[in-house]
Amino acid sequence: MPPVEEKRRLQRGVAWLDERLGLASIREFISHKTVPVHSGTLWYYFGGVTLFLFVVQVLTGILLLLYYRPTPGEAYESVQFIMTRVQFGWLIRSIHSWSANLMILAAFIHMFSVVFLRAYRRPRELTWLSGLALLGLALGFGFSGYLLPWNTISYFATKVGTDMAASVPWAGPALARFLRGGEDVGGATLTRFFGFHVAVLPGLATTLIALHLMLVQRHGISSPPWIEKRFTASGGRVPQMPFFPNFFLRELMAWYTALGVLGCLAALLPWELGEKADPFASAPAGIRPEWYFLAPFYTLKLIPSHVWFLEGELLGLAGFGLLALWWVMLPFWATNREGVERTRLVTGAGVLLVAYLATFSLLGYLK
Amino acid sequence: MTRVLHRRAGLSPRGASAPHVGVVAKAGSGAEAPRGLKPALLLFLALGLGPAALAKDSCIECHAALAADLQKPALVFSKDVHSQHGFSCVDCHGGDRNADDPSGAMDPARGYKGKPARKTVPQLCARCHSDIALMRRYNPRERVDQYAEYQTSMHGKRIAEGDEAAATCIDCHSVHDIRAVKDPLSPVHPLRLPETCARCHADAVHMARYKIPTNQFAEYRQSVHWEALARRGDLSAPSCASCHGNHGATPPQVSSVAAVCGSCHAMMADLYDKSMHHDVFASMNLGGCVVCHGNHGVKMPSTAMLAGPASVCKQCHDADSAEGQVAAGMAAQIAKLDASLKSSDDVLGLAARSGMEVSEAVLKLRDGREALVKARVATHTLDPAAVQKATDAGLAVAAETRHAGESALKERDFRRLGLIFALVAIALTMAGLWLLIRSIEGARPPVAETGRR
Repeated sequence: MPPVEEKRRLQRGVAWLDERLGLASIREFISHKTVPVHSGTLWYYFGGVTLFLFVVQVLTGILLLLYYRPTPGEAYESVQFIMTRVQFGWLIRSIHSWSANLMILAAFIHMFSVVFLRAYRRPRELTWLSGLALLGLALGFGFSGYLLPWNTISYFATKVGTDMAASVPWAGPALARFLRGGEDVGGATLTRFFGFHVAVLPGLATTLIALHLMLVQRHGISSPPWIEKRFTASGGRVPQMPFFPNFFLRELMAWYTALGVLGCLAALLPWELGEKADPFASAPAGIRPEWYFLAPFYTLKLIPSHVWFLEGELLGLAGFGLLALWWVMLPFWATNREGVERTRLVTGAGVLLVAYLATFSLLGYLK
Repeated sequence: MTRVLHRRAGLSPRGASAPHVGVVAKAGSGAEAPRGLKPALLLFLALGLGPAALAKDSCIECHAALAADLQKPALVFSKDVHSQHGFSCVDCHGGDRNADDPSGAMDPARGYKGKPARKTVPQLCARCHSDIALMRRYNPRERVDQYAEYQTSMHGKRIAEGDEAAATCIDCHSVHDIRAVKDPLSPVHPLRLPETCARCHADAVHMARYKIPTNQFAEYRQSVHWEALARRGDLSAPSCASCHGNHGATPPQVSSVAAVCGSCHAMMADLYDKSMHHDVFASMNLGGCVVCHGNHGVKMPSTAMLAGPASVCKQCHDADSAEGQVAAGMAAQIAKLDASLKSSDDVLGLAARSGMEVSEAVLKLRDGREALVKARVATHTLDPAAVQKATDAGLAVAAETRHAGESALKERDFRRLGLIFALVAIALTMAGLWLLIRSIEGARPPVAETGRR
């Protein structure tokens, strides 16, 4: 077929789709979308990297679903089967596990970049709230997925985690029973966690991601106030980069970098399976949760069993609850009643939180 | 004034010397228990209140104020298992614990017997410990034949002959601070029993009159049994009583050594009984297992016992003899299997450390180690074919698991090669993207002055 004829056929196909989907308006919309260019532009890529890793999670998770069986008698064996018998099963499972961890890491980096670049400010409060809700869901994905291989470490870590939930006053016991599907971690817990992991959480996450992206789209990408001030003082505005293709191609490079890191981790450090859980065995020594729960876990260990008349664990959980609430409400207390931003307070809180998470996670890992 | 009123509560069918149980009652001086109280109620109170009810014990009160040996029993008796079950001094020594003055408390008219003579100690303990009805109330599973066994032991026989130096109950169990056998502080707890026996049996002066060696404990501390008991804390590992008996302690006869060892090492004993050695050793009046393994100092068996400079076969057979060659052949087969299993273990370990999933092969390797144990056990048959049957099975497992390990390592290398290709592809794609960006942006800065953010 001559090239001219081929080009015409392609144009006809695009026109056919345009008539039905309105591609021209989408193209028009994207062509006007821009991204601020300044010294902190690099941090803008982490939101996209988090999204990319979520997509990797979904795709590898669907593949794992083809073989995984969520019962205590078969879960461990089915994961073992995936890793040893299924063609490239080891790769899929390792990528799924590693991308889960990298996704949470990328989400944390994204969150702190939002704090330090002041991107939570009015009118982006709902974007911040939906982002934190997504981080909470990511932690929920991690907690529920950790149990699914039904190995010793995951079994006892889930026991410890649900025990903590049980110590919450009033609603704690009911919450623990709801999570476990009974009085203790068992087959009902595994089925329940599987349901949360593959149906409930993905549904919620997809809805929230759509909301989060819609809000990002509505309000645009924020520039840090000091950058804006610098340019508005000279009568201009912050330089912008076209989202498509300039920013998008750079984002694509970030995704390929993440893919390369994932490949290295999966091939050089395949995710271990461990030993099958034995509910009648005693908990192994040195049991600890995943790294993203290490800081609160280690903090709770440091709190004495009783502080005055309160139970230490309860006090710790109450402290974490208040801290989380305070952090969630950041956009609302970051500005005082006169509309003046409390920049030092926010930066100080962000630095302290990063230092706390890094130090206590490291200590929890080493001890 | 509070008085402790003693009442028989059906503890023992024996008369005044039977154990007492204290019952507290608020009453005036010299008050007796209310006549209306039924025996069942008394028993209930006796069992329910227990030691807490023992409000007064003049023996303890007075002896605690004395010095040295007379004070010691009063100080330690609270830790004694008998004290904790409500028994008191008068249950062994007689007398009246309620009397306020020594002459009354130690009045022979009130059953006071004083310190029992050594030779009467076993009978004194047996009053309760041979009484099924009484012992059942405190520990239904407790044996009551200790005294009968003791009478058959060397200790018991010598005591009966008037040898005051022979061991009685209190020499092993202690006195006044007797603890339950399961109590780790008890001198007869499995972990402490060897030292307790050694107190006499490693004492050259004490043993001189009996003309028996005193090196048993020193040898035992070099043995595999001591290693298991003391170092690994395996309470099922044998100590003195496991082979000699406890209350009926006596040296095993030559004819019964194999049976004694076989009570734990059943497979070895069974094979030994069918082997040529059984009849030969019996005809030579040699003690079965101990001929090759020794007795108190029994070491961890190894192929070195079959061939080489440490061979025990050399005691009877030259290394060049047909029997010596058979032993060397069995040792070589076992050593080959051992080396093969270690090699497989190394390969699987390397694969596991490389992150490969080889748990099935690791599990399978246990079968190989089991075959190694069987091969070692089969040496007791003295039949090379029996040993080879076990080693062949083990070698097959070793080969299979080694293959699994090597396949895993190949797979690891394949993955690493694949990773290199993937990384190259990713790098090329990224380079292409960068070139594309450069070509799109050209010499222009990637900045749009206007537009939607």
